[in-house]
Amino acid sequence: MLSDPHMLADLRHDMLRFARLQLRDADLAEDAVQEAMASAFANAERFSGKATLKTWVFSILRNKIVDVLRRSDRAATFSTLLGADFTDDAVDALFQDNGRWQASSAPSAWSDPEEAATNKAFWRVFEACLDHLPESVARVFMMREMLGFETAEICNELAITSNNCHVILHRARVGLRGCLEKNWFAGAEER
Amino acid sequence: MMLSCKEVTKLCSEALDRNLSLRERLSLRMHLMMCSGCTNFEEQMRHLRTITRRYAAGDFDTDMSTPTTRPGEQNS
Repeated sequence: MLSDPHMLADLRHDMLRFARLQLRDADLAEDAVQEAMASAFANAERFSGKATLKTWVFSILRNKIVDVLRRSDRAATFSTLLGADFTDDAVDALFQDNGRWQASSAPSAWSDPEEAATNKAFWRVFEACLDHLPESVARVFMMREMLGFETAEICNELAITSNNCHVILHRARVGLRGCLEKNWFAGAEER
Repeated sequence: MMLSCKEVTKLCSEALDRNLSLRERLSLRMHLMMCSGCTNFEEQMRHLRTITRRYAAGDFDTDMSTPTTRPGEQNS
């Protein structure tokens, strides 16, 4: 794969989208991908073949992204982001005053989520839904679910309380769930 | 203690990040027995985690021929 130019272009393309979602900065994303690629080439003999090449290169990329996040002054940037983003309106709008689901927003059963993950078009919807989250919310969610941080580490890194962290993760999951349902699972019958 | 759907979604989310207390787990189960919307929500939280981890692991194929997803050759 590393010697096939077409495969390599495809791989690089997916890595770049992933890095841009994480960092929301085209230049930083480009640098992280570049470094990950260089490191993959330099260590090609370490690739055991147990993982697929793509998952191996992605694990290198995730480490690079964590490095970038650690290098930047996250806490300061984050508090600015949070101030700009944070309201509970997006979640509140789904519920009635008594805390029950609004009729229009109660979750429906999803047909075959495993099948979705094998559908190439699904991942475009997934990326768009992630990108649609407010930046601070997406940042916390991705640190937790993609980069493997524990919530305590996230609180530390971003200088937020654990309650804050739970509120943000809740908001992220509710938002993503709703977006995936609306843009993928609700139309699954027609595909 | 009766939980509202909104509180239930919060607990379903927190269950992915910390251990719920016995009391929280019982209230959650009680609510889920009676509420299909929240039952779907709880199940989907687990799917969401699986899907997200799969994405982060690079364990997915994308359709490169979809025009909207192909950036200019210069930038890619």
